[in-house]
Amino acid sequence: MIAALVLYALLGGADYGGGVWDLFAFGPRARAQRALIAEAISPVWEANHVWLILVIVVLFTAFPPAFAAIATALNIPITLLLIGIVLRGTAFTFRTYDVQRDDVQRRWSLVFSIASIITPILLGTILGAIASGTIRVENGSVTSGFFNSWLAPFPLAVGFFALALFAFLAAVYLTLETRERELQEDFRRRALVAGVVVGLLALTVFVLAQTGAPTVRAGISRTWWALILHICTGLFATSAFYFLWTRRYALARLCAAAQVTLILLGWAFAQFPHIVEPNITITSAAAPPVTLQLLLAALIAGVILLFPSYYYLFRIFKSRANAEGVR
Amino acid sequence: MDDLLAARSQMAMSLAFHIIFAAIGIAMPLLMIIAEWKWLRSKDEIYLTLAKRWAKGTAILFAVGAVSGTVLSFELGLLWPGFMGYAGSIIGMPFSLEGFAFFTEAIFLGIYLYGWTRVPPRAHLFAGAVVALSGVMSGIFVVIANAWMNAPTGFRLVDGKPVNIDPIAAMMSTAALPQTLHMTLAAYAATGFAVAGIHAFMLRRDRTNRFHKAALNIALVVGGVSAILQPLSGDFIAKTVAKTQPVKLAALEGQFQTEQAAPLRIGGIPDEQAGVTRYAIEVPYALSILAYSDPHAVVKGLNDFPSDARPPVAIVHISFQIMVACGVAMMLVALWAAWRYLRCRRNQKWLDSKWFLRLLVAVAPLGFIGIETGWTVTEVGRQPWIIYGVMRTSEAVTPMNGLVVPFITFTVLYIFLAVITVWLLLRQVAASPHAPDPIAKEARVAA
Repeated sequence: MIAALVLYALLGGADYGGGVWDLFAFGPRARAQRALIAEAISPVWEANHVWLILVIVVLFTAFPPAFAAIATALNIPITLLLIGIVLRGTAFTFRTYDVQRDDVQRRWSLVFSIASIITPILLGTILGAIASGTIRVENGSVTSGFFNSWLAPFPLAVGFFALALFAFLAAVYLTLETRERELQEDFRRRALVAGVVVGLLALTVFVLAQTGAPTVRAGISRTWWALILHICTGLFATSAFYFLWTRRYALARLCAAAQVTLILLGWAFAQFPHIVEPNITITSAAAPPVTLQLLLAALIAGVILLFPSYYYLFRIFKSRANAEGVR
Repeated sequence: MDDLLAARSQMAMSLAFHIIFAAIGIAMPLLMIIAEWKWLRSKDEIYLTLAKRWAKGTAILFAVGAVSGTVLSFELGLLWPGFMGYAGSIIGMPFSLEGFAFFTEAIFLGIYLYGWTRVPPRAHLFAGAVVALSGVMSGIFVVIANAWMNAPTGFRLVDGKPVNIDPIAAMMSTAALPQTLHMTLAAYAATGFAVAGIHAFMLRRDRTNRFHKAALNIALVVGGVSAILQPLSGDFIAKTVAKTQPVKLAALEGQFQTEQAAPLRIGGIPDEQAGVTRYAIEVPYALSILAYSDPHAVVKGLNDFPSDARPPVAIVHISFQIMVACGVAMMLVALWAAWRYLRCRRNQKWLDSKWFLRLLVAVAPLGFIGIETGWTVTEVGRQPWIIYGVMRTSEAVTPMNGLVVPFITFTVLYIFLAVITVWLLLRQVAASPHAPDPIAKEARVAA
C-alpha cells in the first residue's frame, strides 16, 4: 500500500512532467515567431514526448484494470488523441527536413499547429472524464457507453483549460528563449492574455465541477490541505503574472511551472484514492506487490540514470540563449 | 469485416509499419557512429559528411518510429483491454523498461543531432553510442514482452486468474533469448543491406564517388556479418518453437500428419481442407534434425491438434518460406561480398564489379521483407491465442463496436506518412555529395 502510494506520487510526478515539458511543443499562437519556437523545440521534443509514453506504461504495469477500463471507455477520444500526436510529431519533423520554401513550410506548420491545439484539448478532456465519475465498470466491462463520459461540459471545459494552461506556459518559457526585445515583448503579451484565459477557465471548470465531478470538487474544496494547496496555487499564479508584468522572466517561468505542478497535484490529491472515479481505487486496481516493488526499483534506477542526461540535454540547448545575450 | 478482424488488422498494420522504423532505429545509429569514429580516427572529411547524412535520415525515421510506437502503446489498451488488464502486471515490466530505454535514446539523439558544434567530438561520439545501445535495448525489451506471449511463464493460474506473479521470471521466458537475438540481428542485417543497396545504386550512376564507397563499406560489414550469423539464431529459435509451441512449428513447416523422421518442406502450398502440403520439395529427415537434432524424432502434425487451436496454416507456412528465402539469399550475398573483399583487398577494387553492385541493389529490400514475413510467422502462428495456451485473442478484444473506422483511419494516415517519409528520404539521397575518387580520377586522366 505504501509502495502504491509512493508510486502514485511518482506517477503524478511523471504526469506533471509530461504536461509541463510537452508544452514546449504547444506554442500554437505564436506562428509569427515560428523560427524561434522551432529552434526551442527541435532538440527536445522527442525526449519530452516520452513522458507521455512513460505515464502509459507505468499505468498499465501498476494498475492494469484501470488502464483497461480507461482505454475501453475513452476509446474514441484516445484514438483522436493518437491521431493528433502522430500528426503533430511528424509534421514537425517533416517541416524541418522538407524544402525550405515558404508555401511548403506553411502547410506543415498548419498541420503542426492544428494538431497542437487539438491534442491538449483531448488530453484535458480525457483527464476530465476520468475525474468526472461517469465511467462505470461492472465485472470488467464498461457499462457507461462510449460517448457519455467525455462528451459533457465538464470534461470539455477541462480540455480547454489544459490548452490555455499549455499555451500560457509555452509563452512564458519562450520569453526566455530569445534575447530580442521585440520577440520577448510578443511572448510576454501572449503569456499575459493566456494567463487571463487560464484564470477564467479555471473558474468555469470549478463551477462545472459542481455537477460534473462532485467527488473531486468535494475533495478540492473541503479538506484543510486542499485549501493550503489552493492558496499556494493562487499565489504562484499571481506572482507569475506579477513577474511577467515587471519583465522578470526567469522568476515568471519558475512560478508558472510551480503553478501547473500544484494544479496537477491538487487534482491528484482530490481524486485520491480513486484512479477512475468512482469505483476503481488504487488498491483495487494495483498490480501484485512484487510487480509494484520491481517497478518502483526500475523507476528509481531510471530516474537516477535519466535525470542527469535530461539535465545535460537541456543545459546544452537551453543555456545558449543566455550565452548569446552575454556575448 | 467484424470487429475482431478489424482490431487484428489494425494491430497488424500498426506493427508492420512500426517494425520497419524500429529496425532502422536499432541499426542506423550503429552505422552512424562507425562513420563518425572513422572520421575521428582518419580525419577524412568524407566520413563526417557520411555520419551527418545518415544522422539526418535517422532523424526523420526516428520521429516516425517514435510516434508510431506511441500509437502502439495506446493500442494495446484501445484494442486489447482484456489482454492488458490480465497481463499488465506480469509483462508491464519490460514495457516500462523499454520506456526508459527509449527515453535515453531520445535524449541522446537530441544531443547527437543538434549538438555537432555544441559538445566536444568525443562526447558527441559517446552520445551516438548511447543512442545505438539504447535503441537495441528498447528493441530487446519489446521482443521480450512478445516472447512471453509465445511462451508465458512467471505466474500460476488459479481459477482463471494469474497468481504468484513473478515479473522477472516472466521476462526470462524460454523464447526470450532466441527471439531477441533473431530480431536484433534481423534489424542490423535488413538495415545494413538496405543502406548498402541505396549506396550501390548511387555508385552505379557515379562510379568514382568515394562518399558512396565509404558508405557501402560500412553498411555491408554491419549487414553482412549479421546476415551470416542470422541462420544460427534462426536454428536456435526453431528448436525453441519446437519445444514451446509445437503447433506453430507444424504450421510453419506445413506438417499435417504426425510423423517420425519428418522431412523439411521447401516451398509448397498447404491445403487445409485436404490436410496436405502440395508442390513442396521434401528433404528427408531434415525437419526432425532441425527441430530436435535427431533424424528419427517424431514431429507432431497439425491433425493432432484440435481444429480450434490451429493457426491459419497457409499464411504461416508461406510467410515462413519467404522469410527463410530472404535470409538465405542475404547470407549468400554476404559470403560472396566477403570473398570478393578478401580477393581484391590489395587493389581496393572490390566494389568495381557492375554485377556485384546490381546484385546489392536487388537484395536491398529483402531484409525488410524478411522482417515483415518473420513477424507474420510469429504473430499469426500464435493464433488463435494472444497469450499462448492461456488467453484467446477473441477474449482480449475491446467491446467497442465499429473498429473498422479507426482501422481505416490509421491505415490512410500511415500510408500518407509512408509516402512523405519516402519522398523526403529520396530527396536526401538524391543530393549526393560530390566526392570523386582521386585514384580513379588520375587513372581516367591517364587513360
